[in-house]
Amino acid sequence: MSPKRTVATWTMAVLTAATLASCADSERNDDNGGGGGDDGTFVFGAAGAPEMFDPFYATDGETFRVTRQMFEGLVGIKPGTAEVVPELATEWTPNDDGTEWTFKLRDDVTFHDGEPFNAEAVCYNFERMFDQNEAGQTAGEYWGYVMGAFSNDAANSLYQGCEATGDYEAKISISGPTSGFPTMLSLEALSMQSPKALEEGDANGIAAEGEGFSFPDYANNPVGTGPFTFGEYDEANGEISLERNDDYWGEKAKSSEIVFRVIPDESTRRQELEAGSINGYDLPNPVDWAGLEDDGNSVEVRDPFNILYLGLNPEANPQLKDLKVRQALYHALNREQLVQTQLPEGAAVATQFMPDTVSGYNTNLQPYSYDPDEAKKLLAEAGAEGMTLNFAYPTEVSRPYMPDPEKIYEALRTDLEAVGIKVNVKTASWNGGYLDNVTAGKYDAYILGWTGDYDSPFNFIGTFFGNLKENDFGTEVMPWGKQLADDLKTADAIVDDAERGAAFEKINQQIMEEYLPGLPISHSPPALVVGPGVEGVIPSPLTAEEFDTVSVGGE
Amino acid sequence: MIRFVVRRLLQMLLVVLVLSMLVFAWLRSLPGGPVSAMLGERQTPERRAALEAALGLDQPLPVQYGKFLQRAVQGDFGVSTKVLPGEDALDIFLQRLPATIELSFLAMVLAVALGIPLGYFAARRRGSPADAGAVIFSLVGVAVPVFFTAFLLKYFFAVEWNLLPVSGRQSTGMDATRVTGMFVLDGILTREWDASWDALKHLILPALALSTIPFAVIFRITRASVLDVLDEDYVRTAEAKGLTAKVIRGRHVLRNAMLPVVTTIGLQVGGLLSGAVLTETVFSYRGVGEALATAFREKDYPVLQVLIMAAAAIYVLVNLMVDIAYAIIDPRIRTR
Amino acid sequence: MSDPTTDRHDDQHESSSQTPRRTTYGGLRKQRIDDLATAGTVDDQPGVSLIRSAWQRLRRNPIFLIGLAITVAFVVLAVIAPWIAPWDVTARPLLDKVRPQSNPVPGPEAGHLLGGDDRGRDLFSRLIVGSRQTLIVGVFATLFGLIGGVTLGTLAGAVGGWVDSLVMRIVDVMLSLPSLLLAFTIASLARNPSQWTVVVAIAIIQVPIFARLLRGSMLAQRSSDHVLAARSLGVRPRAIVFRHMLPNAMGPVIVQATLSLAVAIIEAAALSFLGLGNPDQRQPEWGQMLGLAQPYITEAPHLAFYPAGCIIVVALGFTLMGESLREALDPKTRR
Repeated sequence: MSPKRTVATWTMAVLTAATLASCADSERNDDNGGGGGDDGTFVFGAAGAPEMFDPFYATDGETFRVTRQMFEGLVGIKPGTAEVVPELATEWTPNDDGTEWTFKLRDDVTFHDGEPFNAEAVCYNFERMFDQNEAGQTAGEYWGYVMGAFSNDAANSLYQGCEATGDYEAKISISGPTSGFPTMLSLEALSMQSPKALEEGDANGIAAEGEGFSFPDYANNPVGTGPFTFGEYDEANGEISLERNDDYWGEKAKSSEIVFRVIPDESTRRQELEAGSINGYDLPNPVDWAGLEDDGNSVEVRDPFNILYLGLNPEANPQLKDLKVRQALYHALNREQLVQTQLPEGAAVATQFMPDTVSGYNTNLQPYSYDPDEAKKLLAEAGAEGMTLNFAYPTEVSRPYMPDPEKIYEALRTDLEAVGIKVNVKTASWNGGYLDNVTAGKYDAYILGWTGDYDSPFNFIGTFFGNLKENDFGTEVMPWGKQLADDLKTADAIVDDAERGAAFEKINQQIMEEYLPGLPISHSPPALVVGPGVEGVIPSPLTAEEFDTVSVGGE
Repeated sequence: MIRFVVRRLLQMLLVVLVLSMLVFAWLRSLPGGPVSAMLGERQTPERRAALEAALGLDQPLPVQYGKFLQRAVQGDFGVSTKVLPGEDALDIFLQRLPATIELSFLAMVLAVALGIPLGYFAARRRGSPADAGAVIFSLVGVAVPVFFTAFLLKYFFAVEWNLLPVSGRQSTGMDATRVTGMFVLDGILTREWDASWDALKHLILPALALSTIPFAVIFRITRASVLDVLDEDYVRTAEAKGLTAKVIRGRHVLRNAMLPVVTTIGLQVGGLLSGAVLTETVFSYRGVGEALATAFREKDYPVLQVLIMAAAAIYVLVNLMVDIAYAIIDPRIRTR
Repeated sequence: MSDPTTDRHDDQHESSSQTPRRTTYGGLRKQRIDDLATAGTVDDQPGVSLIRSAWQRLRRNPIFLIGLAITVAFVVLAVIAPWIAPWDVTARPLLDKVRPQSNPVPGPEAGHLLGGDDRGRDLFSRLIVGSRQTLIVGVFATLFGLIGGVTLGTLAGAVGGWVDSLVMRIVDVMLSLPSLLLAFTIASLARNPSQWTVVVAIAIIQVPIFARLLRGSMLAQRSSDHVLAARSLGVRPRAIVFRHMLPNAMGPVIVQATLSLAVAIIEAAALSFLGLGNPDQRQPEWGQMLGLAQPYITEAPHLAFYPAGCIIVVALGFTLMGESLREALDPKTRR
């Protein structure tokens, strides 16, 4: 390169840089944060980025954690419990057959954009959720899950209509009574959003584009009634900030700002907490609990609201049709040892397919004993000594009920092999076929679990066995499969709470003693950790913490 | 020259097209998929089918690919399903690219600044213990898995000694203005010096981890090519003529030895992405590599397609640029 | 079959070391491969034979000797591991001491030199036995890669023409992808992942390297005197390929294989780190032990440090040996 050209190149480079610099002015706000006084920022380390900010289309916990701070539902959950309490509705009463519910609403609530919250807004929200295009029907997964159908298939929908019977009184009709209503209205996905903002942001304008959904403007400009308002999403740095809502109808939030910082790696979250750059994160590794506490952090252990089970599929392995074989497998498992050595403190051996916080839990049931001899005897009686079991576990996943699937699997597998069962190790990654194979009945046995959405027995055992044709336990081929599914539906439709509870208790007993479609293993408490100086975190069994009560060290 | 460039560009286009086809078929043959990632425990065959139908995943592969090509020609590579749902996949790549450029640039600067001098001195003292030590040191760099280097750096410098930030690209609450997406540069352009300094501190550890392999390669090539040149007749002649060591070094040895080194540097840039996947994952650094790892875990097909194709295209482009540069510098190649 | 000895390729490789480094057409990775291809094949020099002269240099090379010592120690350990390990690697003698919070990883005690792992198994035994699996992964990944690469390379180098073009374009596409990414994708393709998934994934990323190497080597052979002589004597093309060209072209391939062993072991560790290793962790393997140690990185970092240390030392051993072999066979350094 000749000297002349070099000079020219450099001149160009300098000129370009100068031009760039001249048009790049600092856009910093001197005022740090939008809302009033500065009471500190609560920085939370999130494991993943939120999908978007319209809870209706959201499906994962990371998204709900963010939207939960901005939105409220008609009914809420009492902090620290799974109990349903009034939130935007002050009270609700059903008619006699439990198909029409009248909600009395708060009259002092406005949305973040100044729109009033009233019965019209409630009905607008329900109609908006009900009336989805094809893409919206699949993306609005929670509605589909609890309501069954959308407006195009109105006959099969639980939701039948909403009527504003007064300024602050709304009547919601449903197709029949269920234990899930109105508890399901506490679901984050069914939160109340500003009708004006929904309209202006074309909230229902979701479309399938290629393999994904493209979301309308609204999904990035959410407007709710909650204690925090949406700030901004700095995608380049992976940070979402929420500002305190100074016009909140209830007690104002203690922190003036919450920042969610995306840190996908577990051990990095811990290191960031130790370095003081975040104030807390979810699901610390049980191994770290003691160390975290020693360093002055507080580990908040939630009550378990989940179940880990060993699923069995008699369709895949006909030997499992024999109750004796299933009981033998259960007796072979040393669950006490598993819980003590592999699960976090506070974990418990399960006696049935739901935790004791759920109504309909049967307190009389005792855990199956660890008895390898009995197991061998039962296997011999069933003529299934040395049977082969295709037993699977998922990789690349950590769930509240199974922090480390592989370790749990290893313990279970060792126990099964000890009674002479030949275990074929099967595995796939969680997103890479494991769930597909489970639902398609490709495994004889597998580990899986469930975290409750809300306090309803049907949300647990109804999900597992209520759908006869499509369930992971292959109950269709069992003589009692249909009976169980029918019993569940009947019990779920009982209006009276006490009566319904008794019915579910009976079903739980039948499941464990007569059917044993799968083997409930344990309940594990998920934890949450916050750094020194953070106060007011109320751990929620539903892992649905609201951060408005959280304050950060004296600032 | 122009014919050569055009031919190479056409070749590149072909490579990317073939790749897009392979990647497309490949991804869709993987078990599971975005639908599993979206549904989780709630998955039933029924819901799965509905979601697949809505997303067009139930159609035959050639049909899917045809639609993909049709949209791709218009610059639409689909929207992300999980990395940043609803966002255009190409936008995600473009948004993550500055982060990775920034990181790779610093890593290359470190590798060059260490590799060339060390390689030169090792060659000058060939066979000495210092040479052997330097060679072994460079080989250790290759033998340590990149993610482990990254982990060690993080563990000691960030956690134990608290000298540098643990992860991410910039501290919370910096409220920096974004211009190019390269945070250090942005801070300089907008004269937000603290933001720039903060971003630089976040860069140091990942860049060090990422530079180990390019360093080792640059070191070895420098050493080898300096050795070659030292053996050449003209250097011997120069020595015989009694030219000072300084003149020989400057005018003959370094200059002639640099050609292969320049090539190496160019090519290492193309190969940085492999290391970036691991390094960015360890440091939760939001660059292309981290997006790739996340996209893979969550089976975000559109993002994966764009990222893999872009990686290949960049690799081929860098190759091409190196060849062109080389052809300009060394006329002997042009004639072939 | 076209005549193997006809040079019709515009990017024909000169076997002479005097030509300037070839750079058009692809990258340094390719160039390094090609350099090596021509290295071991210049065997028609007068005087000491290639192997003997190489050995004479290697014998005095401390780098080579260190590498050789590590490698030999590793292989011996891998072979005798099951007999010297104090505990059965699947037994869980320390399980009752494991408590997820208070004592996640049992420390050293009598009979357990390094303590246990998170499931109460003896860590020391697992490290020792881990050498065997690690060796198996490395050797088989390299072997399969070698077989695949040699087949493709022979095909390309011997047949030439459009077959050559086709094979080399495929190889170029494979080389144009980041290798780890390729392995990553292949490993996640498996429906029933196992140790062999890792082996196959790593083998596949080695294939293009070996293929290119062998083809280069064969091209260099094509114009060598003894092949020309054989040709002029009327030896059949097939016989030329298999009796004369292939055996002589194998030298560089073997050097590359040594280096590939190190790469295979490191890449296996990376795959395990990304969660794509062997899901059945009863039989220990270092990369997998390192991957599984991740959750304990703060509380019990030694779980990660021991296997990582082993991997580094062994990878270094193979690399030192391979690099000095390469240098010894390189005609440029033989003056």
